[in-house]
Amino acid sequence: MTRGHSLGTSVAHLDEYASAETPIGRIDPRAKLLTTIAFLVAVASFGRYQVLSLVPLALYPIALIALGDVPSGSLLWRLLLVSPFALLIGAFNPLLDHTPLGTFGPVHVTGGWASFASIMLRFVLSVSAALLLVATTGFDAVCAALARLGVPRILVVQLLFMHRYLFVLVEEVSRTSRAFALRSPDRSRPSMRVAGTLLGQILLRTLERAQRVHSAMICRGFDGEVRLRRELRWRAADTAFVACWSAFFLLVRSHDLTRWLGTAISGAIG
Amino acid sequence: MHMSDALVSPLVAASAWAASSVVSVLSARALKRDPDDRRVPLMGVLGAFVFAAQMVNFTIPGTGSSGHLGGGLLLAILLGPPAAFLVMVSVLTVQALFFADGGLLALGCNIFNLGFFPSFVAFPLVFLPLAGQRPSRSRLALAAVLASVVGLQLGAFAVVLETRLSGLSSLPFGTFLLLMQPIHLAIGVVEGLVTAAAVIFVRDARPDLVPFGQATSPLAFRPIGRLGGNVLLTAALLAGVVSWFASGKPDGLEWSIDHAQHQGGVRPPESALHSFFSGLQSRTGILSDGTERASESWPAVSPRGSLAGLAGAGLTLGLAILIGFGIRAVRRGASSNPARSLE
Amino acid sequence: MSHHLVAFEDVTFAYPDGTAALRGVSFRIHHGESVGLVGANGAGKSTLLLHLPGILLPSSGHVRVGDWPVTAKTLPQVRRSLGMVFQDPDDQLFMPTVGDDVAFGPLNLGLPSDEVEARVAGALERVGATHLRQRPPYKLSGGEKRAAAIASVLSMSPDILVMDEPSANLDPASRRRLIALLRSFEHTKIVATHDLDLVQDVCTRTIVLRDGRVAADGPTAEVLGDDALLGGCHLERPLRMQGCPRCGPRK
Repeated sequence: MTRGHSLGTSVAHLDEYASAETPIGRIDPRAKLLTTIAFLVAVASFGRYQVLSLVPLALYPIALIALGDVPSGSLLWRLLLVSPFALLIGAFNPLLDHTPLGTFGPVHVTGGWASFASIMLRFVLSVSAALLLVATTGFDAVCAALARLGVPRILVVQLLFMHRYLFVLVEEVSRTSRAFALRSPDRSRPSMRVAGTLLGQILLRTLERAQRVHSAMICRGFDGEVRLRRELRWRAADTAFVACWSAFFLLVRSHDLTRWLGTAISGAIG
Repeated sequence: MHMSDALVSPLVAASAWAASSVVSVLSARALKRDPDDRRVPLMGVLGAFVFAAQMVNFTIPGTGSSGHLGGGLLLAILLGPPAAFLVMVSVLTVQALFFADGGLLALGCNIFNLGFFPSFVAFPLVFLPLAGQRPSRSRLALAAVLASVVGLQLGAFAVVLETRLSGLSSLPFGTFLLLMQPIHLAIGVVEGLVTAAAVIFVRDARPDLVPFGQATSPLAFRPIGRLGGNVLLTAALLAGVVSWFASGKPDGLEWSIDHAQHQGGVRPPESALHSFFSGLQSRTGILSDGTERASESWPAVSPRGSLAGLAGAGLTLGLAILIGFGIRAVRRGASSNPARSLE
Repeated sequence: MSHHLVAFEDVTFAYPDGTAALRGVSFRIHHGESVGLVGANGAGKSTLLLHLPGILLPSSGHVRVGDWPVTAKTLPQVRRSLGMVFQDPDDQLFMPTVGDDVAFGPLNLGLPSDEVEARVAGALERVGATHLRQRPPYKLSGGEKRAAAIASVLSMSPDILVMDEPSANLDPASRRRLIALLRSFEHTKIVATHDLDLVQDVCTRTIVLRDGRVAADGPTAEVLGDDALLGGCHLERPLRMQGCPRCGPRK
């Protein structure tokens, strides 16, 4: 349950870094969203054995960290917290795929190892891009961008409300779980029956809260529609941001920059 | 089990995104036709509840492992399919953005696996017919367990299928399936029981909050009717398109075996659409499904070539980090005001 | 003066499960009055408050707010003239930022955007929370949350302010600030609370509820000095009106 608690507090911290005072913070959230999507597509478009030519794409997250004043330490920590599903499934590759690909001196590289490395690298790149989108933009602004890009209003309002009550509910669950842990020191997890009742209790309080929130809303004239004012202004800088990064992704995709640099340097040395 | 960005190919991701978007839009429209101002806070708070409830890990008897609530079925019981689906969309989106659970690219897959199956298949086709209007405790538990098992089995199967179609993992289809389905059978039973326990608890304490047996309940237990039909039809259509697409492409693993043994493998059936896309792919590389020749991707097989590749990679990464530090140093120097404090 | 008046006429209310919460409540509150509503847990305070904006409608009897009888048809008008601050600010602050929350009411009224802006700025300034405008509610302290919640109803320019336990969960300094703020409002005020010291500071009149009935209704000093009455209602004198523990009981 410690993971849960750290998750709860880390939600609160991630978009704290978002600020309009950094160069990245000033970019229109729509531009950042579109660029993130382009980046993810670029990463995913590399083949299963491609590892080294993926490396130049790391420039994007690194530049965002630098331009957006994002503390890189906490970002790395977050990457480690992530559920290990990809690692688990990827780890089978070296065992199953023995296609010979090349040698580094005495070491033979098989397709399995190459694709495993590729999966890991994709994982780090795409995960950091998603985290950086929120860290440099803020969840609220991401939602504003979604609304302007045509996502149904009901869904945008749902995202905002859910995000708002995340902290309240995570705190409530932590309190209840702590009360359980204090009274059952020899059990690390609740049994199924206890979990059902525990969740039932929290669910009950949640439904009551929904009722109270609804009361508070109708007292202020709520009629079913949430009116949100958000002004987004698309400037030339935003177009440039999207265009430059997309061009860079295309360049990395179409030319093997890594090999080119490597050949250049080994040519210069020897 | 969340599908991951690292395992999904752009084509599979895009298809799942398309399917999930269509279902989202249809669900949003269904809710709009049937407005209820209580739903906005209820959906929001329940989304947060599902998120938080997933922090509670409980023991799965007999296995020594632990599971947590998925939430899709519980939401469907409380809210009805379209609202439950949209709440799951919001939960999974926040997980992808804040915790990189799954990731953005695989979000479409995850919405489909964890949102669509419980709310639009397991709930209306299994839970509702079994539970009826005023279920007894045992009947409710039975319906919840079966519905949850069906939802999770479909979800797990979809994960295997999506991973397989993406062709990045080398796990053979059968092995992967044997790895996933039995685990999710156990999780499904437990999740069903926990869901039933939670619903029964609330029903006993505040019958007015749970829709069972209340003819006037506006929030749930609507017959799915036209919307359900539409959604199922669209999903089936999309699934058909995707599988047709996928079958037109050689699979990554088949290809690598084929490549290693230098034998002719099964060639994909050619179609106009397929040749159009492979043309597009060879030009842009965007629609790659991980089947290009290993020798093209990996630096040349000679040791010298490999070393050059490695050196290049190190240099590129170093350069990128250097640029990062450079930007930071320049900005520190340029800004006269001290760095923002993070309170 | 007839308007800005709140009137209960023999109101009874029972919850769907049969629990009778109000058993014949009658009182009248006039323009500019400041009324404390006190009583033990379960005496019916919250149920009574929920009748004001018509979230609950009486089983029998009548409720009047301003110029309107509270019925299903008049709810929009009633809710416009009444600002209700709920006990838990987390229930009241549901929007992404404090500014959005304060703008929520005015936007629902359909006001033009410069008027909305003026109302938001005015309400935030009134409670001293202008600097909190861009902050999300979950990052506020208890006192800040309370101030923001009050601003979110002030922006609707209500005639009557209703508060449920406004001093709950506040540290002493925040509580002191809240009292100063409440004293500065000229609105008709109804404050339901267990904090009798706050009642003494803010309210000129006090209504005591016991088991769904009005047990006492009179000037605050009189009601809060009646030990027999308070004891029967699970209450006790405000600390300030109790004797000094060292010098012995005050007579």
